Amino acid sequence: MIELKGISKTFRVAKRNAGMTEAVKALFHREYTLIPALKEVSFKIDEGEMVGYIGPNGAGKSSTVKVMSGILTPDAGSCIIDGRTPWKERTEHVRNIGVVFGQRSQLWWDVPVIDSFELIRDIYRVNGPSYQATLKRLLEELDIGEIVRTPARQLSLGQRMRCEIAASLLHDPKILFLDEPTIGLDAVSKIAVRNFIKTLNKERGTTVILTTHDMSDIEALTERILLIGKGQILLDGSLTELKNRHSKLRRLTVDYAGGSLPAIPGVKLEGDLSGHATLSVDTGVLSVSEAISKLSSAVEVTDLAVESQRVEDVVVSLYKEFAI
Amino acid sequence: MKLYFKYIGMIFRCRMQYKSSFFMTTLGQFLVSFTTFIGMYFMFDRFGAVDGFTMEEVMICFAVVLTAFSLAECFVRGFDVFPRLIRSGELDRILVRPRSVAFQVLSSNMEFSRVGRLLQAVVMLVYAIPRCGVDWTPDKILTLVLMMLGGVMLFSALFVLYAGISFFTIEGLEFMNIFTDGSREFGKYPLSVYGEGVLKFMTYVIPFALVQYYPFLYLVGRSDRVWYMLLPLAAGLFLIPCAIFFWVGLRKYQSTGS
Repeated sequence: MIELKGISKTFRVAKRNAGMTEAVKALFHREYTLIPALKEVSFKIDEGEMVGYIGPNGAGKSSTVKVMSGILTPDAGSCIIDGRTPWKERTEHVRNIGVVFGQRSQLWWDVPVIDSFELIRDIYRVNGPSYQATLKRLLEELDIGEIVRTPARQLSLGQRMRCEIAASLLHDPKILFLDEPTIGLDAVSKIAVRNFIKTLNKERGTTVILTTHDMSDIEALTERILLIGKGQILLDGSLTELKNRHSKLRRLTVDYAGGSLPAIPGVKLEGDLSGHATLSVDTGVLSVSEAISKLSSAVEVTDLAVESQRVEDVVVSLYKEFAI
Repeated sequence: MKLYFKYIGMIFRCRMQYKSSFFMTTLGQFLVSFTTFIGMYFMFDRFGAVDGFTMEEVMICFAVVLTAFSLAECFVRGFDVFPRLIRSGELDRILVRPRSVAFQVLSSNMEFSRVGRLLQAVVMLVYAIPRCGVDWTPDKILTLVLMMLGGVMLFSALFVLYAGISFFTIEGLEFMNIFTDGSREFGKYPLSVYGEGVLKFMTYVIPFALVQYYPFLYLVGRSDRVWYMLLPLAAGLFLIPCAIFFWVGLRKYQSTGS
């Protein structure tokens, strides 16, 4: 479905020092810094997959999405999406894709959202019946039936984002690119957006590529993640695999009474506060259940919780590992 | 074409959300050109003629340029504010839609308040046409129409050129205003009044004289070279290199970070 091979892109950025004389100088003579945004990026995404694309700011996430959506022409490499090269067959290509830029709006600010939808319908040449069907489904699933008659400028961010997503899907694309779709949303809207994306992927088989900084998005939505840093793909794998590979530690929270906690090899006491203790268990030494049974034989355990490491921590340690 | 009108309708509805602002701008546009007109009136009142042209003749010249400029600014506004489209990321949105870029840029913006300026041009034409001493035979009428048409094309070309340059640099774009707003102001008087240098520049570099000066000479009877009346069409060809330049820029487009 989507195949990128050795995509590279370098940006030329004019540099100059601050100040008036420098500004005048820059008019005549200019120095450029070359910033490699993408270096030999290659990956493959199958039809119906949902992929989380993560990396720190400036790593090349947006650039990759822009290459795949036909906005940017890369300097080298090939990108075939559904049999087409995006920047060469732009108009045919974009008919198949939907793009949501979380930080920008595609709705006309001063008119009711439904008017924007209708203009978008005409831009994409969606025919009447299929537009009506799609619209009906989207209004229902995104719960925006009530608000589409309101001008976009009067909507809350969460409402607007749901309308933005609907606007990107009116032509029923096969692939959906989401560039930070949950940025700035409250918890309720975030969950609504996530659920919708999940259903879209499951029931309609839409291929979804999602960039985000919110790791709970990734956790809730995607099985596969691609990590990019300094313009290179550093990691391509499933979330669980990543968690396991990266850390064998489990966190154990115990409420207990009677006696004190025994010292068990492979279990480290991280904190103990009047009968409420946090322990980390190295699953390379002993399993979590062994640790629990050893604990409960020594003290009376009243409450217990096991957590694996949070994705946030995994990602932070990944960023550290690759020094990005 | 149907879609174009839908875009127009959309922009119009958006503008009408701020009715008073729209009418004030329109009125302002009218008054600005009206003061220019008053200035011209007083000058001719004092000196009688400029370079041998009467006030009515000069008014026709001015009205033609003003009409062309207002129409171009109204309908080709998208290219005129192109740096804004780049900065706001709206160009990215344009690129992910299955329509031609030029079409979408044209339909992205329309400045209806330029009607004010157009109105001023019409007032001047109504005043000057019967008084300028031109015998309005069909060929003279055609000349006038061609001058306006060529003017619209030339100004559009300049806007497209301006948009093309903004792909390469955002700094120093103001100098382009010398050619757009400058041409409009220059265009008040037949170009020869500014001397040989300006006339040559406006003939060979930016073919503004082909729209304003030569056909005008034919119009007022200073020249009997009939082919002068077709020169505005030649000026329209200026659009071609400008469009090519724009496409080259588009290939190099770097987008903005987000």
